[in-house]
Amino acid sequence: MSSGLEGLYQEVIMDHSRRPHGQGLKDGQVAESRQINPTCGDEITLRVHAGEAGIASISWEGHGCAISQASASLLSDLIVDLDAQAVRERIAAFRELMRSRGELEGDDELLGDAIVLGGVSRYVARVKCAMLAWVALEDALQRVEP
Amino acid sequence: MSITEQQAVTTAMAIAEVERLRADFPILGEQVNGHPLVYLDSAATSQRPTRVMDAERDFAEHRNSAVHRGAHTLAAEATELFENARATVARFIGARENEIVWTSNATEALNLVAYSFSNASLGRGGADAERFRLGAGDEIVVTEMEHHANLVPWQELAARTGATLRVIGLNDDGTLRMDEAAAVIGERTRLVCFTHVSNVLGTINPVEQLVALARGVGALVVLDACQSAPHRPLDVVALGVDFAAFSGHKMLGPTGVGVLYGRAELLDAMPPFLTGGSMITTVTLEGAAYLPAPQRFEAGTQRVSQAIALATAVDYLNEVGIDRIHHWESALGQRLVEGLEQIPGVRVLGPAAGVDRAGLASFVFDGVHAHDVGQYLDDLGIAVRVGHHCAQPLHRRFGVTASTRASTYLYTTPDEVDAFLDGVRGVGSFFGVGSSGTAR
Ligand SMILES: Cc1ncc(COP(=O)(O)O)c(C=O)c1O
Repeated sequence: MSSGLEGLYQEVIMDHSRRPHGQGLKDGQVAESRQINPTCGDEITLRVHAGEAGIASISWEGHGCAISQASASLLSDLIVDLDAQAVRERIAAFRELMRSRGELEGDDELLGDAIVLGGVSRYVARVKCAMLAWVALEDALQRVEP
Repeated sequence: MSITEQQAVTTAMAIAEVERLRADFPILGEQVNGHPLVYLDSAATSQRPTRVMDAERDFAEHRNSAVHRGAHTLAAEATELFENARATVARFIGARENEIVWTSNATEALNLVAYSFSNASLGRGGADAERFRLGAGDEIVVTEMEHHANLVPWQELAARTGATLRVIGLNDDGTLRMDEAAAVIGERTRLVCFTHVSNVLGTINPVEQLVALARGVGALVVLDACQSAPHRPLDVVALGVDFAAFSGHKMLGPTGVGVLYGRAELLDAMPPFLTGGSMITTVTLEGAAYLPAPQRFEAGTQRVSQAIALATAVDYLNEVGIDRIHHWESALGQRLVEGLEQIPGVRVLGPAAGVDRAGLASFVFDGVHAHDVGQYLDDLGIAVRVGHHCAQPLHRRFGVTASTRASTYLYTTPDEVDAFLDGVRGVGSFFGVGSSGTAR
Protein backbone atom coordinates (compact mmCIF):
# COMPACT_ATOMS: atom_id res chain seq x y z
CA MET A 1 0.00 0.00 0.00
CA SER A 2 1.51 3.34 -0.92
CA SER A 3 1.87 5.79 1.91
CA GLY A 4 0.73 9.37 2.42
CA LEU A 5 -1.98 11.12 0.55
CA GLU A 6 -1.57 8.95 -2.56
CA GLY A 7 -2.24 5.91 -0.38
CA LEU A 8 -5.50 7.48 0.72
CA TYR A 9 -6.65 8.78 -2.63
CA GLN A 10 -5.70 5.88 -4.86
CA GLU A 11 -6.63 6.08 -8.51
CA VAL A 12 -9.34 3.42 -8.09
CA ILE A 13 -10.90 5.48 -5.31
CA MET A 14 -10.82 8.68 -7.34
CA ASP A 15 -12.39 6.89 -10.32
CA HIS A 16 -15.21 5.53 -8.18
CA SER A 17 -15.82 8.89 -6.55
CA ARG A 18 -16.07 10.63 -9.91
CA ARG A 19 -18.28 8.00 -11.51
CA PRO A 20 -19.94 6.14 -8.66
CA HIS A 21 -21.69 2.80 -9.22
CA GLY A 22 -25.12 2.07 -7.82
CA GLN A 23 -25.96 5.74 -7.48
CA GLY A 24 -29.58 6.68 -8.01
CA LEU A 25 -32.35 5.20 -5.88
CA LYS A 26 -34.30 2.39 -7.50
CA ASP A 27 -37.88 1.40 -6.71
CA GLY A 28 -38.93 -1.93 -5.27
CA GLN A 29 -36.70 -1.92 -2.20
CA VAL A 30 -37.27 -4.26 0.73
CA ALA A 31 -35.60 -1.86 3.14
CA GLU A 32 -34.10 1.57 3.26
CA SER A 33 -31.78 3.43 5.61
CA ARG A 34 -30.70 7.05 5.82
CA GLN A 35 -27.46 7.84 7.60
CA ILE A 36 -25.81 11.14 8.41
CA ASN A 37 -22.26 11.90 9.45
CA PRO A 38 -22.94 14.62 12.01
CA THR A 39 -19.41 16.03 11.99
CA CYS A 40 -19.51 17.02 8.34
CA GLY A 41 -23.18 16.77 7.35
CA ASP A 42 -22.56 14.09 4.73
CA GLU A 43 -25.51 11.83 4.13
CA ILE A 44 -26.66 8.76 2.29
CA THR A 45 -29.95 7.03 1.61
CA LEU A 46 -29.46 3.39 0.75
CA ARG A 47 -31.97 0.80 -0.47
CA VAL A 48 -31.78 -2.97 -0.45
CA HIS A 49 -33.33 -4.86 -3.36
CA ALA A 50 -34.29 -8.52 -2.96
CA GLY A 51 -33.46 -11.36 -5.33
CA GLU A 52 -33.32 -15.14 -5.35
CA ALA A 53 -30.15 -15.36 -3.23
CA GLY A 54 -31.62 -12.98 -0.73
CA ILE A 55 -30.17 -9.65 -1.66
CA ALA A 56 -29.90 -8.82 -5.34
CA SER A 57 -28.36 -5.36 -5.16
CA ILE A 58 -28.31 -2.01 -3.44
CA SER A 59 -28.99 1.47 -4.75
CA TRP A 60 -28.12 4.73 -3.07
CA GLU A 61 -28.20 8.48 -3.22
CA GLY A 62 -26.17 10.93 -1.19
CA HIS A 63 -23.42 13.44 -1.05
CA GLY A 64 -20.09 13.59 0.64
CA CYS A 65 -16.35 13.48 0.23
CA ALA A 66 -14.42 11.39 -2.27
CA ILE A 67 -13.92 8.65 0.33
CA SER A 68 -17.58 8.29 1.24
CA GLN A 69 -18.73 8.35 -2.38
CA ALA A 70 -16.11 5.83 -3.51
CA SER A 71 -16.94 3.60 -0.58
CA ALA A 72 -20.65 3.54 -1.46
CA SER A 73 -19.72 2.80 -5.06
CA LEU A 74 -17.37 -0.06 -4.14
CA LEU A 75 -20.02 -1.47 -1.82
CA SER A 76 -22.52 -1.50 -4.68
CA ASP A 77 -20.10 -3.57 -6.76
CA LEU A 78 -19.70 -6.01 -3.90
CA ILE A 79 -23.35 -6.60 -3.08
CA VAL A 80 -24.59 -8.65 -6.01
CA ASP A 81 -26.79 -11.70 -5.38
CA LEU A 82 -25.67 -12.52 -1.86
CA ASP A 83 -27.54 -13.91 1.10
CA ALA A 84 -27.89 -11.78 4.21
CA GLN A 85 -25.26 -13.74 6.10
CA ALA A 86 -22.68 -13.17 3.37
CA VAL A 87 -23.47 -9.46 3.38
CA ARG A 88 -23.02 -9.29 7.13
CA GLU A 89 -19.68 -11.04 6.86
CA ARG A 90 -18.50 -8.48 4.36
CA ILE A 91 -19.60 -5.58 6.53
CA ALA A 92 -17.78 -7.09 9.50
CA ALA A 93 -14.61 -7.59 7.46
CA PHE A 94 -14.74 -4.03 6.22
CA ARG A 95 -15.24 -2.65 9.71
CA GLU A 96 -12.27 -4.66 10.94
CA LEU A 97 -10.16 -3.27 8.10
CA MET A 98 -11.26 0.29 8.93
CA ARG A 99 -10.32 -0.14 12.56
CA SER A 100 -6.90 -1.56 11.76
CA ARG A 101 -4.94 1.73 11.61
CA GLY A 102 -3.10 0.54 8.56
CA GLU A 103 -2.19 -2.84 10.10
CA LEU A 104 -4.38 -5.04 7.88
CA GLU A 105 -4.29 -5.64 4.15
CA GLY A 106 -7.93 -6.61 3.90
CA ASP A 107 -9.41 -9.85 2.59
CA ASP A 108 -9.99 -9.41 -1.13
CA GLU A 109 -12.01 -12.62 -1.34
CA LEU A 110 -14.57 -11.00 0.90
CA LEU A 111 -14.13 -7.35 0.03
CA GLY A 112 -13.04 -7.34 -3.60
CA ASP A 113 -11.86 -3.93 -4.81
CA ALA A 114 -13.06 -2.32 -1.57
CA ILE A 115 -9.71 -3.28 0.03
CA VAL A 116 -8.26 -0.20 -1.68
CA LEU A 117 -10.00 1.74 1.07
CA GLY A 118 -7.60 0.16 3.58
CA GLY A 119 -5.49 3.33 3.49
CA VAL A 120 -8.35 5.22 5.12
CA SER A 121 -7.74 3.30 8.34
CA ARG A 122 -4.58 5.37 8.92
CA TYR A 123 -6.72 8.50 9.02
CA VAL A 124 -8.92 7.98 12.04
CA ALA A 125 -10.97 11.11 11.29
CA ARG A 126 -11.93 9.68 7.89
CA VAL A 127 -13.03 6.20 8.94
CA LYS A 128 -16.57 7.45 9.45
CA CYS A 129 -16.63 8.70 5.85
CA ALA A 130 -15.70 5.25 4.56
CA MET A 131 -18.14 3.49 6.89
CA LEU A 132 -21.20 5.62 6.07
CA ALA A 133 -22.65 3.43 3.28
CA TRP A 134 -21.79 0.20 5.11
CA VAL A 135 -23.52 1.38 8.25
CA ALA A 136 -26.56 2.28 6.15
CA LEU A 137 -26.58 -1.22 4.66
CA GLU A 138 -26.20 -2.82 8.08
CA ASP A 139 -29.09 -0.75 9.39
CA ALA A 140 -31.28 -1.57 6.38
CA LEU A 141 -30.54 -5.28 6.75
CA GLN A 142 -31.93 -5.26 10.26
CA ARG A 143 -35.20 -4.13 8.82
CA VAL A 144 -35.36 -6.83 6.15
CA GLU A 145 -35.58 -9.81 8.44
CA PRO A 146 -37.43 -10.37 11.67
CA MET B 1 2.67 62.27 6.33
CA SER B 2 0.72 63.74 9.26
CA ILE B 3 1.65 63.00 12.85
CA THR B 4 -1.33 60.77 13.41
CA GLU B 5 -0.58 58.84 10.24
CA GLN B 6 2.98 58.44 11.38
CA GLN B 7 1.81 57.16 14.71
CA ALA B 8 -0.54 54.75 13.03
CA VAL B 9 2.32 53.43 10.93
CA THR B 10 4.77 53.08 13.78
CA THR B 11 2.25 51.47 16.09
CA ALA B 12 0.74 48.97 13.66
CA MET B 13 1.77 45.36 14.17
CA ALA B 14 4.53 44.29 11.82
CA ILE B 15 6.06 40.96 10.97
CA ALA B 16 9.05 41.40 13.29
CA GLU B 17 6.74 41.78 16.27
CA VAL B 18 4.59 38.85 15.19
CA GLU B 19 7.67 36.65 14.87
CA ARG B 20 8.59 37.67 18.42
CA LEU B 21 5.10 36.86 19.68
CA ARG B 22 5.18 33.48 17.98
CA ALA B 23 8.06 32.49 20.21
CA ASP B 24 5.59 32.71 23.13
CA PHE B 25 3.47 29.91 21.59
CA PRO B 26 5.43 26.65 21.77
CA ILE B 27 2.96 24.72 19.62
CA LEU B 28 3.63 26.97 16.64
CA GLY B 29 7.05 25.33 16.36
CA GLU B 30 5.52 21.87 15.79
CA GLN B 31 6.07 19.83 12.64
CA VAL B 32 2.97 18.19 11.16
CA ASN B 33 3.28 15.51 8.48
CA GLY B 34 6.85 16.60 7.84
CA HIS B 35 6.00 20.28 7.42
CA PRO B 36 6.08 23.21 9.83
CA LEU B 37 2.60 23.58 11.30
CA VAL B 38 0.53 26.30 9.62
CA TYR B 39 -2.27 26.75 12.13
CA LEU B 40 -5.29 28.36 10.50
CA ASP B 41 -8.00 27.12 12.85
CA SER B 42 -7.97 29.74 15.59
CA ALA B 43 -11.68 30.45 15.12
CA ALA B 44 -12.31 26.92 16.43
CA THR B 45 -9.76 27.17 19.20
CA SER B 46 -6.74 29.40 19.61
CA GLN B 47 -3.25 28.46 20.78
CA ARG B 48 -1.90 29.40 24.20
CA PRO B 49 1.18 31.39 25.12
CA THR B 50 3.49 29.86 27.72
CA ARG B 51 2.42 32.50 30.18
CA VAL B 52 -1.18 31.26 30.15
CA MET B 53 -0.10 27.67 30.70
CA ASP B 54 2.22 28.82 33.48
CA ALA B 55 -0.64 30.67 35.18
CA GLU B 56 -2.64 27.43 35.51
CA ARG B 57 0.38 25.52 36.72
CA ASP B 58 1.40 28.25 39.14
CA PHE B 59 -2.04 28.22 40.68
CA ALA B 60 -2.00 24.45 41.05
CA GLU B 61 1.47 24.53 42.61
CA HIS B 62 1.04 27.42 45.00
CA ARG B 63 -2.55 28.52 45.51
CA ASN B 64 -4.88 25.62 44.76
CA SER B 65 -7.97 25.90 46.92
CA ALA B 66 -11.72 26.27 46.62
CA VAL B 67 -13.00 29.84 46.26
CA HIS B 68 -15.70 31.53 48.32
CA ARG B 69 -15.51 28.68 50.82
CA GLY B 70 -13.38 28.44 53.91
CA ALA B 71 -11.18 30.98 55.62
CA HIS B 72 -7.67 29.55 55.46
CA THR B 73 -4.91 31.49 53.74
CA LEU B 74 -4.89 29.58 50.48
CA ALA B 75 -8.66 29.85 50.16
CA ALA B 76 -8.49 33.58 50.68
CA GLU B 77 -5.68 33.98 48.14
CA ALA B 78 -7.43 31.79 45.61
CA THR B 79 -10.62 33.80 46.04
CA GLU B 80 -8.75 37.04 45.50
CA LEU B 81 -7.07 35.77 42.32
CA PHE B 82 -10.40 34.45 41.05
CA GLU B 83 -12.15 37.77 41.64
CA ASN B 84 -9.25 39.76 40.19
CA ALA B 85 -9.55 37.61 37.08
CA ARG B 86 -13.21 38.56 36.87
CA ALA B 87 -12.30 42.24 37.13
CA THR B 88 -9.72 41.88 34.35
CA VAL B 89 -12.23 40.28 32.00
CA ALA B 90 -14.87 42.87 32.95
CA ARG B 91 -12.55 45.77 32.09
CA PHE B 92 -11.64 44.10 28.79
CA ILE B 93 -15.23 44.44 27.55
CA GLY B 94 -16.23 47.63 29.36
CA ALA B 95 -18.37 45.89 31.98
CA ARG B 96 -18.49 45.92 35.79
CA GLU B 97 -17.27 42.97 37.85
CA ASN B 98 -20.69 41.89 39.04
CA GLU B 99 -21.80 41.66 35.41
CA ILE B 100 -19.41 38.83 34.55
CA VAL B 101 -20.52 35.23 35.15
CA TRP B 102 -18.05 32.39 34.66
CA THR B 103 -19.39 29.50 32.63
CA SER B 104 -17.81 26.46 30.97
CA ASN B 105 -17.93 28.04 27.54
CA ALA B 106 -20.10 30.30 25.39
CA THR B 107 -22.56 27.48 24.80
CA GLU B 108 -23.24 27.21 28.51
CA ALA B 109 -23.48 31.00 28.81
CA LEU B 110 -26.20 31.12 26.15
CA ASN B 111 -28.02 28.18 27.70
CA LEU B 112 -27.86 29.91 31.07
CA VAL B 113 -29.84 32.83 29.68
CA ALA B 114 -32.27 30.54 27.88
CA TYR B 115 -32.88 28.37 30.96
CA SER B 116 -33.22 31.37 33.23
CA PHE B 117 -35.94 32.72 30.93
CA SER B 118 -37.46 29.28 30.85
CA ASN B 119 -37.53 29.08 34.65
CA ALA B 120 -39.04 32.55 34.80
CA SER B 121 -41.70 31.38 32.36
CA LEU B 122 -42.54 28.58 34.80
CA GLY B 123 -43.19 31.25 37.40
CA ARG B 124 -39.82 31.18 39.17
CA GLY B 125 -38.18 34.42 40.25
CA GLY B 126 -41.26 36.18 41.56
CA ALA B 127 -42.46 39.57 40.40
CA ASP B 128 -38.92 40.69 39.50
CA ALA B 129 -38.75 38.03 36.82
CA GLU B 130 -41.96 39.12 35.12
CA ARG B 131 -40.04 40.68 32.24
CA PHE B 132 -38.35 37.34 31.43
CA ARG B 133 -41.58 35.36 31.14
CA LEU B 134 -42.33 34.05 27.67
CA GLY B 135 -45.45 32.42 26.32
CA ALA B 136 -47.62 32.00 23.26
CA GLY B 137 -47.63 35.17 21.19
CA ASP B 138 -44.10 36.16 22.21
CA GLU B 139 -41.32 36.01 19.66
CA ILE B 140 -37.59 35.28 19.80
CA VAL B 141 -35.59 36.56 16.84
CA VAL B 142 -32.38 34.93 15.57
CA THR B 143 -30.49 35.10 12.27
CA GLU B 144 -29.77 32.55 9.58
CA MET B 145 -26.02 32.84 10.18
CA GLU B 146 -26.00 31.68 13.81
CA HIS B 147 -23.72 29.04 15.24
CA HIS B 148 -25.85 26.18 16.58
CA ALA B 149 -24.90 27.41 20.08
CA ASN B 150 -26.88 30.58 19.48
CA LEU B 151 -29.74 28.88 17.69
CA VAL B 152 -30.65 25.57 19.30
CA PRO B 153 -31.03 26.99 22.86
CA TRP B 154 -33.56 29.51 21.47
CA GLN B 155 -35.40 26.83 19.52
CA GLU B 156 -35.65 24.87 22.75
CA LEU B 157 -36.73 27.90 24.76
CA ALA B 158 -39.46 28.61 22.21
CA ALA B 159 -40.59 24.98 22.33
CA ARG B 160 -40.73 24.99 26.13
CA THR B 161 -42.58 28.28 26.48
CA GLY B 162 -44.82 28.34 23.42
CA ALA B 163 -43.03 31.38 22.02
CA THR B 164 -42.31 31.61 18.29
CA LEU B 165 -38.85 31.68 16.75
CA ARG B 166 -38.41 34.19 13.90
CA VAL B 167 -35.41 34.41 11.61
CA ILE B 168 -33.60 37.25 9.87
CA GLY B 169 -32.32 35.97 6.52
CA LEU B 170 -29.11 36.68 4.65
CA ASN B 171 -28.16 38.48 1.46
CA ASP B 172 -26.04 36.65 -1.10
CA ASP B 173 -23.00 38.64 0.02
CA GLY B 174 -23.28 37.19 3.53
CA THR B 175 -24.72 40.27 5.21
CA LEU B 176 -27.93 40.33 7.21
CA ARG B 177 -31.10 41.40 5.42
CA MET B 178 -31.67 44.55 7.42
CA ASP B 179 -34.99 45.19 5.62
CA GLU B 180 -36.12 41.83 6.95
CA ALA B 181 -34.72 42.64 10.41
CA ALA B 182 -36.85 45.77 10.52
CA ALA B 183 -39.92 43.76 9.51
CA VAL B 184 -39.31 40.76 11.78
CA ILE B 185 -38.46 42.69 14.95
CA GLY B 186 -41.82 43.97 16.14
CA GLU B 187 -44.23 44.40 19.02
CA ARG B 188 -44.20 40.69 19.87
CA THR B 189 -40.39 40.44 19.96
CA ARG B 190 -39.00 39.79 23.43
CA LEU B 191 -35.46 38.64 22.63
CA VAL B 192 -33.12 39.32 19.73
CA CYS B 193 -30.15 36.94 19.56
CA PHE B 194 -27.40 37.32 17.00
CA THR B 195 -23.69 36.95 16.46
CA HIS B 196 -21.36 39.93 16.35
CA VAL B 197 -19.07 38.29 13.79
CA SER B 198 -19.99 35.22 11.75
CA ASN B 199 -17.69 32.25 12.41
CA VAL B 200 -18.20 31.09 8.82
CA LEU B 201 -18.65 34.19 6.66
CA GLY B 202 -16.49 36.65 8.56
CA THR B 203 -19.34 39.17 8.27
CA ILE B 204 -19.37 41.90 10.92
CA ASN B 205 -22.95 42.59 11.88
CA PRO B 206 -24.34 46.09 12.51
CA VAL B 207 -24.86 45.65 16.25
CA GLU B 208 -25.97 49.25 16.88
CA GLN B 209 -28.72 49.06 14.25
CA LEU B 210 -30.04 45.77 15.58
CA VAL B 211 -29.91 47.03 19.16
CA ALA B 212 -31.87 50.13 18.08
CA LEU B 213 -34.54 47.94 16.48
CA ALA B 214 -34.77 45.80 19.62
CA ARG B 215 -34.89 48.83 21.91
CA GLY B 216 -37.65 50.29 19.81
CA VAL B 217 -39.91 47.39 20.75
CA GLY B 218 -38.58 46.82 24.28
CA ALA B 219 -36.84 43.54 23.45
CA LEU B 220 -33.64 42.32 25.12
CA VAL B 221 -30.49 41.65 23.08
CA VAL B 222 -28.19 38.64 23.36
CA LEU B 223 -24.87 39.03 21.54
CA ASP B 224 -22.75 36.04 20.59
CA ALA B 225 -19.31 37.60 20.97
CA CYS B 226 -17.29 34.39 20.40
CA GLN B 227 -15.67 35.70 17.24
CA SER B 228 -15.42 39.34 18.27
CA ALA B 229 -14.18 39.47 21.88
CA PRO B 230 -10.90 37.69 20.99
CA HIS B 231 -10.22 39.74 17.89
CA ARG B 232 -11.48 43.33 18.11
CA PRO B 233 -12.24 45.96 20.71
CA LEU B 234 -15.55 45.16 22.37
CA ASP B 235 -17.46 47.55 24.60
CA VAL B 236 -20.70 45.97 25.68
CA VAL B 237 -21.99 49.14 27.29
CA ALA B 238 -21.30 51.30 24.25
CA LEU B 239 -22.97 48.68 22.05
CA GLY B 240 -25.95 48.62 24.38
CA VAL B 241 -26.41 44.85 24.40
CA ASP B 242 -28.09 43.21 27.40
CA PHE B 243 -26.14 39.94 27.31
CA ALA B 244 -22.95 38.78 25.63
CA ALA B 245 -21.27 35.38 25.56
CA PHE B 246 -17.76 34.23 24.63
CA SER B 247 -15.30 31.39 25.26
CA GLY B 248 -11.85 31.51 26.85
CA HIS B 249 -10.32 28.91 24.55
CA LYS B 250 -10.83 31.13 21.51
CA MET B 251 -8.85 34.00 23.07
CA LEU B 252 -5.53 32.40 24.07
CA GLY B 253 -7.10 30.96 27.22
CA PRO B 254 -7.72 27.39 28.33
CA THR B 255 -10.76 25.24 27.65
CA GLY B 256 -13.35 24.90 30.39
CA VAL B 257 -13.98 28.58 30.96
CA GLY B 258 -16.36 30.97 29.25
CA VAL B 259 -18.05 34.22 30.04
CA LEU B 260 -21.57 35.54 30.24
CA TYR B 261 -21.91 39.28 30.42
CA GLY B 262 -25.31 40.51 31.61
CA ARG B 263 -26.45 43.95 32.70
CA ALA B 264 -26.41 43.89 36.51
CA GLU B 265 -30.01 44.96 36.78
CA LEU B 266 -31.09 42.00 34.66
CA LEU B 267 -28.84 39.36 36.21
CA ASP B 268 -30.00 40.31 39.69
CA ALA B 269 -33.62 39.79 38.69
CA MET B 270 -33.20 36.55 36.76
CA PRO B 271 -33.95 33.18 38.37
CA PRO B 272 -30.97 30.81 38.56
CA PHE B 273 -30.19 28.10 36.02
CA LEU B 274 -27.96 25.60 37.85
CA THR B 275 -28.61 25.41 41.58
CA GLY B 276 -26.76 24.00 44.58
CA GLY B 277 -23.82 25.12 46.68
CA SER B 278 -22.17 28.55 46.54
CA MET B 279 -25.14 30.33 45.00
CA ILE B 280 -27.43 30.62 48.04
CA THR B 281 -27.87 32.80 51.11
CA THR B 282 -30.15 30.65 53.28
CA VAL B 283 -31.31 27.10 52.70
CA THR B 284 -34.02 25.28 54.61
CA LEU B 285 -35.47 21.88 53.83
CA GLU B 286 -38.31 23.63 52.07
CA GLY B 287 -36.48 26.12 49.93
CA ALA B 288 -33.61 28.52 49.35
CA ALA B 289 -32.84 32.19 48.85
CA TYR B 290 -30.25 33.14 46.28
CA LEU B 291 -27.19 35.34 46.22
CA PRO B 292 -27.16 38.25 43.81
CA ALA B 293 -25.28 37.92 40.50
CA PRO B 294 -22.73 36.77 39.61
CA GLN B 295 -22.66 34.13 42.42
CA ARG B 296 -26.30 33.30 41.77
CA PHE B 297 -25.21 31.75 38.48
CA GLU B 298 -22.05 30.04 39.70
CA ALA B 299 -23.31 26.92 41.43
CA GLY B 300 -20.82 24.38 42.64
CA THR B 301 -17.04 24.38 42.89
CA GLN B 302 -15.66 26.76 40.31
CA ARG B 303 -13.11 26.50 37.50
CA VAL B 304 -10.54 28.58 39.30
CA SER B 305 -7.26 27.94 37.48
CA GLN B 306 -8.98 28.33 34.13
CA ALA B 307 -10.48 31.70 35.08
CA ILE B 308 -7.08 32.93 36.30
CA ALA B 309 -5.41 31.70 33.12
CA LEU B 310 -8.08 33.43 31.04
CA ALA B 311 -7.29 36.70 32.79
CA THR B 312 -3.62 36.12 31.99
CA ALA B 313 -4.61 35.67 28.35
CA VAL B 314 -6.54 38.94 28.49
CA ASP B 315 -3.45 40.66 29.94
CA TYR B 316 -1.49 39.31 27.00
CA LEU B 317 -4.04 40.62 24.51
CA ASN B 318 -4.04 43.99 26.26
CA GLU B 319 -0.26 44.23 26.12
CA VAL B 320 -0.24 43.63 22.38
CA GLY B 321 -3.32 45.84 22.02
CA ILE B 322 -6.65 44.48 20.85
CA ASP B 323 -7.01 47.33 18.38
CA ARG B 324 -3.67 46.50 16.78
CA ILE B 325 -4.59 42.80 16.69
CA HIS B 326 -7.81 43.75 14.94
CA HIS B 327 -5.94 45.65 12.22
CA TRP B 328 -3.39 42.89 11.73
CA GLU B 329 -6.11 40.29 11.30
CA SER B 330 -8.25 42.48 9.05
CA ALA B 331 -5.32 42.69 6.65
CA LEU B 332 -4.85 38.92 6.83
CA GLY B 333 -8.57 38.44 6.15
CA GLN B 334 -8.29 40.59 3.04
CA ARG B 335 -5.21 38.70 1.91
CA LEU B 336 -7.10 35.43 2.33
CA VAL B 337 -10.11 36.55 0.32
CA GLU B 338 -8.14 38.32 -2.39
CA GLY B 339 -6.05 35.18 -2.86
CA LEU B 340 -8.99 32.78 -2.80
CA GLU B 341 -11.00 34.84 -5.29
CA GLN B 342 -8.18 34.42 -7.84
CA ILE B 343 -8.20 30.61 -7.68
CA PRO B 344 -10.28 28.92 -10.40
CA GLY B 345 -13.06 26.75 -8.99
CA VAL B 346 -13.13 28.52 -5.61
CA ARG B 347 -16.24 30.26 -4.30
CA VAL B 348 -15.83 32.34 -1.17
CA LEU B 349 -18.80 32.44 1.21
CA GLY B 350 -19.37 35.90 2.64
CA PRO B 351 -18.18 39.41 1.86
CA ALA B 352 -16.04 39.95 -1.25
CA ALA B 353 -12.50 41.29 -1.15
CA GLY B 354 -12.40 44.95 -0.20
CA VAL B 355 -15.36 44.67 2.17
CA ASP B 356 -14.63 44.77 5.92
CA ARG B 357 -14.48 41.25 7.35
CA ALA B 358 -12.92 39.29 10.16
CA GLY B 359 -9.58 37.56 9.70
CA LEU B 360 -11.11 34.40 8.36
CA ALA B 361 -12.57 33.05 5.14
CA SER B 362 -14.64 30.02 4.16
CA PHE B 363 -14.93 28.66 0.66
CA VAL B 364 -16.18 25.80 -1.45
CA PHE B 365 -14.11 24.20 -4.18
CA ASP B 366 -16.14 23.12 -7.23
CA GLY B 367 -16.04 19.36 -7.58
CA VAL B 368 -13.97 18.70 -4.43
CA HIS B 369 -15.62 18.09 -1.08
CA ALA B 370 -14.39 20.21 1.86
CA HIS B 371 -13.24 17.08 3.68
CA ASP B 372 -10.93 16.25 0.81
CA VAL B 373 -9.65 19.83 0.57
CA GLY B 374 -8.85 19.72 4.29
CA GLN B 375 -7.10 16.36 3.98
CA TYR B 376 -4.94 17.65 1.15
CA LEU B 377 -3.98 20.75 3.17
CA ASP B 378 -3.34 18.66 6.28
CA ASP B 379 -0.80 16.65 4.32
CA LEU B 380 1.07 19.95 3.87
CA GLY B 381 0.91 20.68 7.61
CA ILE B 382 -1.86 23.24 7.13
CA ALA B 383 -4.63 23.00 9.74
CA VAL B 384 -8.02 24.32 8.58
CA ARG B 385 -11.58 23.53 9.59
CA VAL B 386 -13.84 21.56 7.27
CA GLY B 387 -17.51 20.75 7.56
CA HIS B 388 -20.50 22.86 8.52
CA HIS B 389 -18.70 24.69 11.36
CA CYS B 390 -21.79 24.20 13.55
CA ALA B 391 -23.82 26.36 11.18
CA GLN B 392 -25.94 24.02 9.09
CA PRO B 393 -28.73 26.49 8.27
CA LEU B 394 -26.14 28.98 7.02
CA HIS B 395 -24.59 26.39 4.71
CA ARG B 396 -28.03 25.35 3.48
CA ARG B 397 -28.73 29.01 2.68
CA PHE B 398 -25.71 29.00 0.35
CA GLY B 399 -26.66 25.67 -1.19
CA VAL B 400 -23.83 23.63 0.27
CA THR B 401 -23.45 21.19 3.16
CA ALA B 402 -19.82 21.87 3.98
CA SER B 403 -17.05 24.38 3.43
CA THR B 404 -13.37 24.84 4.23
CA ARG B 405 -12.41 27.64 6.62
CA ALA B 406 -9.06 29.30 7.27
CA SER B 407 -8.95 31.56 10.31
CA THR B 408 -6.16 33.71 11.68
CA TYR B 409 -5.04 35.27 14.94
CA LEU B 410 -2.38 37.64 16.20
CA TYR B 411 0.32 35.02 15.61
CA THR B 412 -0.60 34.33 11.98
CA THR B 413 1.85 35.57 9.34
CA PRO B 414 1.21 36.65 5.75
CA ASP B 415 3.56 33.84 4.70
CA GLU B 416 1.24 31.34 6.34
CA VAL B 417 -1.72 32.77 4.45
CA ASP B 418 0.32 32.47 1.25
CA ALA B 419 1.28 28.87 2.06
CA PHE B 420 -2.41 28.11 2.50
CA LEU B 421 -3.29 29.81 -0.81
CA ASP B 422 -0.57 27.81 -2.58
CA GLY B 423 -2.02 24.69 -1.02
CA VAL B 424 -5.51 25.50 -2.27
CA ARG B 425 -4.06 26.10 -5.74
CA GLY B 426 -2.82 22.52 -5.73
CA VAL B 427 -6.21 21.02 -4.87
CA GLY B 428 -7.63 21.11 -8.41
CA SER B 429 -4.83 19.17 -10.03
CA PHE B 430 -4.50 16.64 -7.19
CA PHE B 431 -8.19 15.74 -7.35
CA GLY B 432 -8.28 16.02 -11.12
CA VAL B 433 -10.91 18.70 -11.49
CA GLY B 434 -10.70 21.57 -13.93
CA SER B 435 -11.72 25.12 -13.18
CA SER B 436 -15.25 24.28 -14.33
CA GLY B 437 -15.48 21.67 -11.62
CA THR B 438 -15.82 18.78 -14.05
CA ALA B 439 -13.61 15.74 -13.91
CA ARG B 440 -10.74 15.75 -16.35
C1 LIG C 1 -19.90 32.26 16.71
C2 LIG C 1 -19.76 31.16 17.71
N1 LIG C 1 -20.69 30.99 18.66
C3 LIG C 1 -20.60 30.03 19.59
C4 LIG C 1 -19.55 29.16 19.61
C5 LIG C 1 -19.52 28.10 20.68
O1 LIG C 1 -18.40 28.20 21.47
P1 LIG C 1 -18.09 27.03 22.53
O2 LIG C 1 -18.10 25.76 21.75
O3 LIG C 1 -16.75 27.38 23.05
O4 LIG C 1 -19.16 27.07 23.54
C6 LIG C 1 -18.55 29.28 18.63
C7 LIG C 1 -17.39 28.37 18.58
O5 LIG C 1 -17.42 27.23 18.21
C8 LIG C 1 -18.66 30.31 17.66
O6 LIG C 1 -17.73 30.46 16.71
